Amino acid sequence: MAKISVDGVEFDAKEGENLLQAVLSAQLELPYFCWHPSLGSVGACRQCAVIQYADEEDTQGRLIMACMTPVADGMRVSLEAAHARDFRASVIEWLMENHPHDCPVCEEGGECHLQDMTVMSGHTARRYRGNKRTFENQYLGPFLNHEMNRCITCYRCVRYYQDYAGGTDLQAFGSRARMYFGREEAGVLENPFSGNLVEVCPTGVFTDKPFSKTYTRKWDLQSAPSVCAGCAVGCNTIPSERYGRLKRVHNRYNGSVNGYFLCDRGRYGFGYVNDDARIHKVGVRAADGVFDVISAEEGEEKLGDIVRDGAIGIGSPRASLESNLALKVLVGEENFCTGLSSAEDALMRLILDVYECGGARIPTLAQVEEADAVLILGEDVLNTAPRVALAVRQSVRNESLEMAEQAGIPLWQEAGVRSHGRESASPLLVASLLPTELDELATHTCNGAPESLAAAGFAIAHRLNSAYAAGEELDGPTQSFVDDAAAVLSRAKRPLVISGTSLRNDGLIKAAANIAWALKAQGCDAGLLLTAAEANSCGVGMLGGGVDLDTALRAAAAGQALVVLENDVTRRADPDLVASAFSGSTAVAVLDSLENATTESASLVLPAATFAESTGTFVNYEGRAQRFFEVFAATGETAPAWRWLSKAGARAGRNDMHWQHVDQVVEAVASHPRLVGVADAAPNGGHRNAAGNRVPRAPHRYSGRTAMNAGVNIHEPKTQVDEETPLSYSMEGAMGDQPAALTSYVWSPGWNSNQSVFKFQQEVGGAMAGGDPGVRMLDAEPAQVDFAQRYRPLQTPIGAEGDGRFKLLPTHSIFGSEELSGRSQPIAERGPQAFIVLGAAEAARLQVAEGMGVRCPELDATFAVRVEESLAEGLAVVAMGLGGLGDEVPSERVTLEPDPEFVPPTTLIARG
Amino acid sequence: MSEADQLIDVLTSEEVEAIEAEIAHLPDRESAAMEALQIVQANRGWVSDASLSAIARLLGMSAAALDSIATFYNLIFRQPVGRHVIMTCDSVSCFVMGCEKVHKAIEESLGVSPGETTEDGRYTLLPIVCLGACDRAPVIMIDDELHGDVAVEDVPAILERYP
Ligand code: SF4
Ligand code: SF4
Ligand code: FES
Ligand code: FES
Repeated sequence: MAKISVDGVEFDAKEGENLLQAVLSAQLELPYFCWHPSLGSVGACRQCAVIQYADEEDTQGRLIMACMTPVADGMRVSLEAAHARDFRASVIEWLMENHPHDCPVCEEGGECHLQDMTVMSGHTARRYRGNKRTFENQYLGPFLNHEMNRCITCYRCVRYYQDYAGGTDLQAFGSRARMYFGREEAGVLENPFSGNLVEVCPTGVFTDKPFSKTYTRKWDLQSAPSVCAGCAVGCNTIPSERYGRLKRVHNRYNGSVNGYFLCDRGRYGFGYVNDDARIHKVGVRAADGVFDVISAEEGEEKLGDIVRDGAIGIGSPRASLESNLALKVLVGEENFCTGLSSAEDALMRLILDVYECGGARIPTLAQVEEADAVLILGEDVLNTAPRVALAVRQSVRNESLEMAEQAGIPLWQEAGVRSHGRESASPLLVASLLPTELDELATHTCNGAPESLAAAGFAIAHRLNSAYAAGEELDGPTQSFVDDAAAVLSRAKRPLVISGTSLRNDGLIKAAANIAWALKAQGCDAGLLLTAAEANSCGVGMLGGGVDLDTALRAAAAGQALVVLENDVTRRADPDLVASAFSGSTAVAVLDSLENATTESASLVLPAATFAESTGTFVNYEGRAQRFFEVFAATGETAPAWRWLSKAGARAGRNDMHWQHVDQVVEAVASHPRLVGVADAAPNGGHRNAAGNRVPRAPHRYSGRTAMNAGVNIHEPKTQVDEETPLSYSMEGAMGDQPAALTSYVWSPGWNSNQSVFKFQQEVGGAMAGGDPGVRMLDAEPAQVDFAQRYRPLQTPIGAEGDGRFKLLPTHSIFGSEELSGRSQPIAERGPQAFIVLGAAEAARLQVAEGMGVRCPELDATFAVRVEESLAEGLAVVAMGLGGLGDEVPSERVTLEPDPEFVPPTTLIARG
Repeated sequence: MSEADQLIDVLTSEEVEAIEAEIAHLPDRESAAMEALQIVQANRGWVSDASLSAIARLLGMSAAALDSIATFYNLIFRQPVGRHVIMTCDSVSCFVMGCEKVHKAIEESLGVSPGETTEDGRYTLLPIVCLGACDRAPVIMIDDELHGDVAVEDVPAILERYP
């Protein structure tokens, strides 16, 4: 710690940290633009100028840029000196010279860092009378608007997009007053993390395009702390509502998980909440096959009748733990299934077994960024757990950070660190079914069928420690990948192994565990990250069920009643089995939010609330329980699924599930030994701040509350009372000292933009005050097991059978593979057409080429062909969730035939 | 021929050869960006979108990244220019020595303003910063040749020398 004097007041600061960060961490106010906690300092905007004095004698001082100056003990600076203030006021005046002053029509207005800094710097009157330069804006795809005239040339966008996220199609063009930040020509911004530009750009150049279609100012939005439902990473989000519509999703800082950034699936994948296909009423199928609307009471009664004499319950990895638990209690453990496909369920059990052995650390995303060597075994993380890929991208910088440290370059000195370590990167080894986007950063790659990748994994563990059994013989290139991987990983201090369930192969997970455990035994701090597909896959896995999905469906087919919770089972099981379950079951009750193939076949449908209209808990890949809070109340009959289930239980005469309140269900969840931590994931409904206040969902400037529904009813509505959570449905209450899990929006006096988040952090860019949200539940001490013997390679024959048929393997797309986000318009617009990947030889045999069509009669589906040289004979890879496919590939081999009728759809891009 | 080859085919084999020769001296292909742009401009007078994409392919970088470099330099021309480019210095020494009169004379005799090209495609007129020849101010540069101590009367004769 260093002592620094700022305007005569002493502060503690971290030696070597940049002065701007230190000043902000001390909760002082200093304007800035180009610096960002995750992007470092480049000194481009000159807005953070302060005066530094040589010693006590020095009254003159000299102007320095705080963001470019390291803190040193005894340092004397002034933020308030007239010189510094004047300079900063001039800088903003220059920056604003060409700015159109169009705040009233700008979507950044009211949460604009430029507005905040302009006010803070005291530039209140415009003197410039000349012409302003004007630009043409570009079409950038469905996610972002572009309004270049508002640019202040801070370079944050390109530094984020290129340096941090690895995009190449956003660039800075021109020079001097004509700088242009955009694409070479109009077109979709390709990087799947592009949406963060909305929050990174301090002005209104890049704004949220879907949001702008029904725009609302930040101060008029009602928001709540939430968790992304897009994948198993569990990024923290702030979704916002007005007029009963979910309007947008912003990042909610969590220093251990997502930091400042989301992926585009998470940011733009919520549209289904407002969809026309939402179910709002209770429906019962009449004799003529159509649904009749019945009342909520009748619905409860009917569901009670269905479960009274026992039923099979199918849970869901996309539903909250609370709703899953309610179903589990209602039908009983032996009749409850997690709702994961049988294959995925087995893998989830395996992952929990691995973690419970406690052989290696489960890394947070922040720790992924710190890994100094990463091996990815089989999982295409960019498309299955996207934010992990962004973290891996940062990990390869560790080598250059280390070099910078040795050369005495401060790590925040962005340009210095980057140019000094230009050629160097920490090792990244990618073993994958098909080439992946991360390959461009990889030092070593290898492609193969899942079984060969697993064999490679076992071989790596064996190379590290011969007590771990090696698998099959490997071919030359795979063997050399194995040799390199073993060498590289054993040199690392913080190696990390990543795998997951997406290829539905247990060998990959076992091999990954073996490698991490073998590394750990060498004394390093090895990490093991095993990801699943959905927001609560890990949660339902931990809750556990007595039967797997196929068994559950078979029981239904044999005449058992069936209750399906937020699950389109047609995506997860064999279509014939599903059909026989639906026809054989005495009654099929489905609770869901959107119409789908399962609700189509139901005899009773009950409208379930989405994440936005309910409070509940998801457990992410690291076993972190995180609470999401109701953003706005569900309308009409819609209710959280747990509530329907508990009411049905009461109707059926059950007296162990009279839950009125989500906290009671949380408690019931936490009584499960594995899930004790769930109770502490967030404060319960009784929590109030020191002054006895709730945390408001609405900012204090929230307007029109009493009038906004006057178009429907002129009577002033009563403010809704929140019976369940510590949040209020209004601006009443107080923000500021709430635990991080309750941060419903970020705002601080003078800081209207999301930059205000530093006011809620322990130090700038560090953990949230009071600790990052969430409770980790899978950390375990090393168990008394023989690690080397626990998972042994299986001899699985690989290769074609020679009958010309194909074994289908799954691949995923960040846009389109996940069920609910895939039904959101901007995501669907970015999703690829259904495709199939064939090896060169097989493509030749079928006489098809890239872009032509192939039909699969068994799946009754047509795909656009992609050719991948290396893919082995007898294999074909299809993208899950696209073109009518669900989450599973058939286990039987299928036939493929060229489709002469196939016409690639012309890419119609809706502009505007 | 692959799409990549076709694009590179926009360039002449001499251009490709000259660019490859530059690359040979450098640590990576991207580092030859400036040289490559200059080689193509020297050959064609300017760098079209097609040439730019072709160079980017050859250097293994995105067209956007190369254009970011190209547009930073005001002497890499991303629009067609005349057969001769006249650059008139308007920095301080030339200003003190009365360059404005000279510039006006040039503009009048060509009938174009700075930034424009004459209709016959003969000249493009561009302002420029100090040419490092202040001792001979006012200075103008046409193509690669410097003209110092230019007086208004000299203008017609100088322009005549560039057909
Ligand atoms: S577009 Fe935004 S982020 Fe990019 S330079 Fe301009 S103001 Fe900065
Ligand atoms: S990485 Fe996953 S959890 Fe995070 S924003 Fe993307 S979809 Fe949501
Ligand atoms: S923030 Fe320091 S110069 Fe931009
Ligand atoms: S000012 Fe014109 S040459 Fe130097």
